[in-house]
Amino acid sequence: MTEVVDVTRAELFKTVRRPGVWTLLAVAVVLSQVFGYVIPYLSYAGGGTGPIEGASPEALLDSTLPDQIVGNALGGFPVFAGALALVLGALLFGSEYGWGTLKTLLTQRPGRVTVLAGQFIAMAVAVAIGVLVMFVLGAVSATAIALREDRARSWPAPVELLEGYGAGFAIMLMWATLGALLGVLLRNVALPIGLGVVWVLGVENLIAGVAGSVMTALQPLRDVLPGVNAGSLASAVMPARPPGIDAPPGVTTSVTDVRALLTVLCYVVVCVAVALWASRRRDVT
Amino acid sequence: MSAVVVTRNLTKAYGDTAVVDRVSLSVHRGEVYGFLGPNGAGKTTTLRMLLGLIRPTSGDATVLGRRPGDPAALARVGSMIEGPAFYPYLSGHDNLAVMGRYAGVGTRTVQASLEAVDLASRGGDKVSTYSLGMKQRLGVAAALLKEPDVVVLDEPTNGLDPAGIREMRALIRRLGNSGRTVILSSHMLGEVQQVCDRVGVIASGRVVAENTVDELRGDSHVVLRATPSDVVTVTLAGLDVEALPAVDGHFELEIDEHRTGEAIRALVLAGVDIREVRRVDRQLEDVFFEVTEEAVSHD
Repeated sequence: MTEVVDVTRAELFKTVRRPGVWTLLAVAVVLSQVFGYVIPYLSYAGGGTGPIEGASPEALLDSTLPDQIVGNALGGFPVFAGALALVLGALLFGSEYGWGTLKTLLTQRPGRVTVLAGQFIAMAVAVAIGVLVMFVLGAVSATAIALREDRARSWPAPVELLEGYGAGFAIMLMWATLGALLGVLLRNVALPIGLGVVWVLGVENLIAGVAGSVMTALQPLRDVLPGVNAGSLASAVMPARPPGIDAPPGVTTSVTDVRALLTVLCYVVVCVAVALWASRRRDVT
Repeated sequence: MSAVVVTRNLTKAYGDTAVVDRVSLSVHRGEVYGFLGPNGAGKTTTLRMLLGLIRPTSGDATVLGRRPGDPAALARVGSMIEGPAFYPYLSGHDNLAVMGRYAGVGTRTVQASLEAVDLASRGGDKVSTYSLGMKQRLGVAAALLKEPDVVVLDEPTNGLDPAGIREMRALIRRLGNSGRTVILSSHMLGEVQQVCDRVGVIASGRVVAENTVDELRGDSHVVLRATPSDVVTVTLAGLDVEALPAVDGHFELEIDEHRTGEAIRALVLAGVDIREVRRVDRQLEDVFFEVTEEAVSHD
């Protein structure tokens, strides 16, 4: 157990000093702020004639207020923030192969399972902090808008906040472990990122779209896809959107709440298990 | 003398090709052991198996009495395998801090390790700004972090300038003198001859010789320049001394050191005009080519 703690501390030491990790967090925060607050608020300020058209100014403003924090934070998790989490996982695990540092780590002391366990724990901590940052900055923006517009600052109940945070963490952890698994299996960074992003942004949407329209026979397949379950889990904990405000891309109700949560957790467990299995049996050349 | 590393018929095959073929060797406590062989001979693969990075196809090995890769053994083994590998976005110091945490020794030995390889003044700089030689030295510093009983260094002088090579060899010798066991892989014969107590020569995946450097080099010989050649040949034959055929009055004599005086006296009394007599030590290079060529010719 001490060795796992040592590895986790070493990995966190590396992670906080890695510029790429901060870049990913910055991009996630900027996108979350732009789509969750800046664009809706500019549309409201423009009398409903801004970048979002078709919704009333009041609904646009309501979508940026504190009671929508969970929805605005989770809105991007099934797609763009998920893709960024996948990149994070691929970056953290794949680059050990690219730089050849895995052999340096594996000849220090801890065994392979211990090393991988510590790396996964460190990644989970990084994801947890990233999700927290997005929630906190969302709360800051929502509060600022409420103060400026002199609107009610009614916060979600603590339990709703916790559920939202937990769901967000689970979704982002799933994407990150998928990226990590690809990094371990392909022993690379570029290929996992390329394949993962194409899957998240392209293939999943294509399958979900086709399954929902012309090929309903594909619905069982659609319902086990990571993005669809992430969108369903996000939908389960998001508050009702103001009238005329569409759900963010990827947020869906295709899968029931409990099933979505279990599927997301299954992805995490299976990805970690497969990565451990592959890591244990392979030669490090 | 107890062996800290033992391999028995250690083999690694990829498909039908054995890159390491039934390697049996032993490294004794406190010695500097040279693992000598040309590029592609199987040195690095053997070392990777000793560290648990590669699983052998057959055969077995023990390191400090444990199976390769056992955490208890790794805790006492420092290594640098096939070039240094570090995180380019971290400084040299921080890279060692990461490795120290992994090794369970924290950061207490980081500064001393940097000083041991003369990198203390650049420890705060990012590794991405290091030259190949500096990275190589950082790799050796990482191998010393655990204050290990056994140090495994794979081609540690690669990329170093002449001064760096000299310092590295002195460092390796110091490690040996401090009671540590050092396994040094190299294709540089002079390097191995200078710093190693014993040598294992590997060619085409097989160990073709294992002995002390002196034993491998064998007896020295005498170079004699003298005329007339026919008198030299007859006189030496009378003493039962083997003389390789003369070229322009040059002879190579296989003769024990204590009989050299007797042979020279006989040649002088026979009226031979002697212009030069000198004893030449056999170089490891000569032995190396002999044993590796024999191994290749037997394939």
